[in-house]
Amino acid sequence: MIKNFQELNETSAKCAACLSAKFTGNDGKRHIVLCGGTGCLSSKSDEITAEFKKIIAEKNLGDKVTVNQVGCFGFCSQGPFVKIYPEDTLYRLVKVEDVQEIVEKDIEGGEVVDRLLYVDPATAEKVTKQDDINFYKKQVRIALHGCGSLNPEDINENLGAGAFKGLARALQMDRADVIQEVLDSGLRGRGGGGFPTGRKWQFAYAQPEGEKYVVCNGDEGDPGAFMDRSILEGNPLAVIEGMMIAGYAIGAQNGYFYVRAEYPIAVNRLKIAIKQAEELGLLGDNILGTNFSFRVHIRLGAGAFVCGEETALLNSIEGQRGMPRPRPPFPAVKGLWGKPSIINNVETLACVPYILREGKDAFAKYGTERSKGTKVFALGGKINNVGLVEIPMGTTLRELIYDIGGGIPDGKKFKAIQTGGPSGGCLTAEDLDAEIDFDNLVAKGSMMGSGGAIVRDDDNCMVDVAKYYMEFIYDESCGKCSPCRIGTKRMLEILTKITDGKATMDDLTELEELAENVKSNSLCGLGQTAPNPILSTLKHFRDEYIAHIVDKKCPAHICKNLMQYTIEQDKCFGCGVCARSCPVNAINKTDYTAPGKKLPSYQIDQAKCVKCGMCIASCKFKAIIKK
Amino acid sequence: MAHLQEAAVKKINEICDRYVDETTPLMMILSDIQKEYGYIPLEVQELVSERTGISVAEIYGVVTFYSFFSLKPKGKYVIGCCLGTACYVKGAQQIIDKFSELIGIKPGETSEDGLFTLDALRCIGACGIAPAVTINGKVYPKLTVDSVPKVVAEYREMEANN
Repeated sequence: MIKNFQELNETSAKCAACLSAKFTGNDGKRHIVLCGGTGCLSSKSDEITAEFKKIIAEKNLGDKVTVNQVGCFGFCSQGPFVKIYPEDTLYRLVKVEDVQEIVEKDIEGGEVVDRLLYVDPATAEKVTKQDDINFYKKQVRIALHGCGSLNPEDINENLGAGAFKGLARALQMDRADVIQEVLDSGLRGRGGGGFPTGRKWQFAYAQPEGEKYVVCNGDEGDPGAFMDRSILEGNPLAVIEGMMIAGYAIGAQNGYFYVRAEYPIAVNRLKIAIKQAEELGLLGDNILGTNFSFRVHIRLGAGAFVCGEETALLNSIEGQRGMPRPRPPFPAVKGLWGKPSIINNVETLACVPYILREGKDAFAKYGTERSKGTKVFALGGKINNVGLVEIPMGTTLRELIYDIGGGIPDGKKFKAIQTGGPSGGCLTAEDLDAEIDFDNLVAKGSMMGSGGAIVRDDDNCMVDVAKYYMEFIYDESCGKCSPCRIGTKRMLEILTKITDGKATMDDLTELEELAENVKSNSLCGLGQTAPNPILSTLKHFRDEYIAHIVDKKCPAHICKNLMQYTIEQDKCFGCGVCARSCPVNAINKTDYTAPGKKLPSYQIDQAKCVKCGMCIASCKFKAIIKK
Repeated sequence: MAHLQEAAVKKINEICDRYVDETTPLMMILSDIQKEYGYIPLEVQELVSERTGISVAEIYGVVTFYSFFSLKPKGKYVIGCCLGTACYVKGAQQIIDKFSELIGIKPGETSEDGLFTLDALRCIGACGIAPAVTINGKVYPKLTVDSVPKVVAEYREMEANN
């Protein structure tokens, strides 16, 4: 039990010494840590961990070597990761079969296993340490603090890294001063809206004393974003601590986590963290000997995107359909079970302990004038370094995509980056030097959203992209208000017409009108932002829409009804591999033999072709083209 | 309610009783039932209504609103193809089409032998290993269309050996 501030200090100091011994090797041991994030676990990180433990036991190295899983390293495309302290050697793309070699060569022989090191694609040089990899160089880890280095299931490691020091400082401050500190740090909501966190707290603080709630929004629904999951998996205690600080500030005694049911590992780690904190008396009654009591509860979502909207989320916790409520009254006045409540996103709460521990200036020194601190982005799509990155606000898109993301694969050209998921918009090459912050992205016609960043190259059709998001929103619309319920369906119908090559320019005008109407008349954020992908692709790629409508062509050759596979007869050697690979027997021999070829060429029967693309993949002579 | 087995009635009542101290326990009760039985048919909803006093209309409304709750039983193996953005741009549609073709069911359906259910999922947050497919929770990373037949065969074989 940790009963007061002094005991917390003593425990922290003891744990810090252990932790530092791990990193520096002062304990005379070697420490093997593996990534325990969802991405790496699905690439058998668990089996690799077990294999390490087995071999270490077989060789009787148990007292000299430890094996542990830590939170997500973030560099998912190179996982699973294995890191060895104190040398700080990082191995990537590790397989179960590699374990024996790592133990024998590195752990026993003290020699680095060269072939498992990261190779810088630009210089072809091997990189031994994580911090020297370009992907990590420009990152600043505040919200992702501890992810990739601390064991999330061991509260002592977290205490050694400063956990609960922020809470301790807050508890020795006046409640209003805690709010002022958060306000001064410039922290804004990381879930999408960018509303100043301290301001939200002020509203709830101003309500009469009584039952109040802190709710953590972990219903991360934006397809392509997974930072909340990684934070909950990698450092759940930081989010709990952030929630407690918020609770102290507004006068709440209970906190609720609302987490997607799709995130079982995150939920499990959260449960472990809560249990460990309770055992130490850091959650419960009279925390650290003060009058502050706080309890944390977990609620699971059940697969509805709209529950990420805060009032819909409240309804869901209350056991109802997840439909948004009209505002006002705002949740800060009348929220969960009618009581004043604040709803903060996972990443927002993860930043709070840092602000209280290190002070508002330590946070505000990063960022731009109106967007302080850092933001986590989930880089995905057509980019070399797929993964989770945390960058100071004000980093340019170019730095994000090229320096950190390593550019576009296969030498393709960058076309657009979608930020803010289905609620956001796309930014193009002309925006590459824009600084990333809340207001700048909005000014450019997109938004920060929760931090999904999907990169697209020339092979992506932007009308298809807009249609994809509209299908998503149409499916997820809760049906409460008619602009969203009917509007998204009609917009999807028009987009389908366009991609089928059946639309006219009048349809385009109607689509734009409809988009504006849905935007201004929907009840909640989901509907209000639903037309954004259409509006922003129309702004930047109107020519693609027109190509579909007027020329009946899909420039990226994605829309099936607007493209054809054809065999260039003069290039065809007549080998017939394509005909054999075709699942619908749409390829037949002709009686034409091209000059210089020995066999008659083949052709595709367009009426039969299902446009699966098997033939193009099978042709060795590149004689088949899409057009 | 006649055709609910006694054991099931007991279990469901037990699940309802787990949350008697909660102000609004419905979501938690339904999640547990879904986890236990794989679906929440009308008979069970009536039972929950009796035990908790929440109207069947309300329960039905909640069950049909959330995609995690199902009115019909699912197959023994639930194949979830992620169609989130990151997976979609890496060809997830072709992958689900292939599953669909091989098993002979559309997304959302269960095969007649009760072996497979094919689901199109929203982003499962495994974007780093796109395109991703989960079968009963096991994640298959970076699947290709060509590897789909092998995956299906793996499960059919497992079934044949049982």
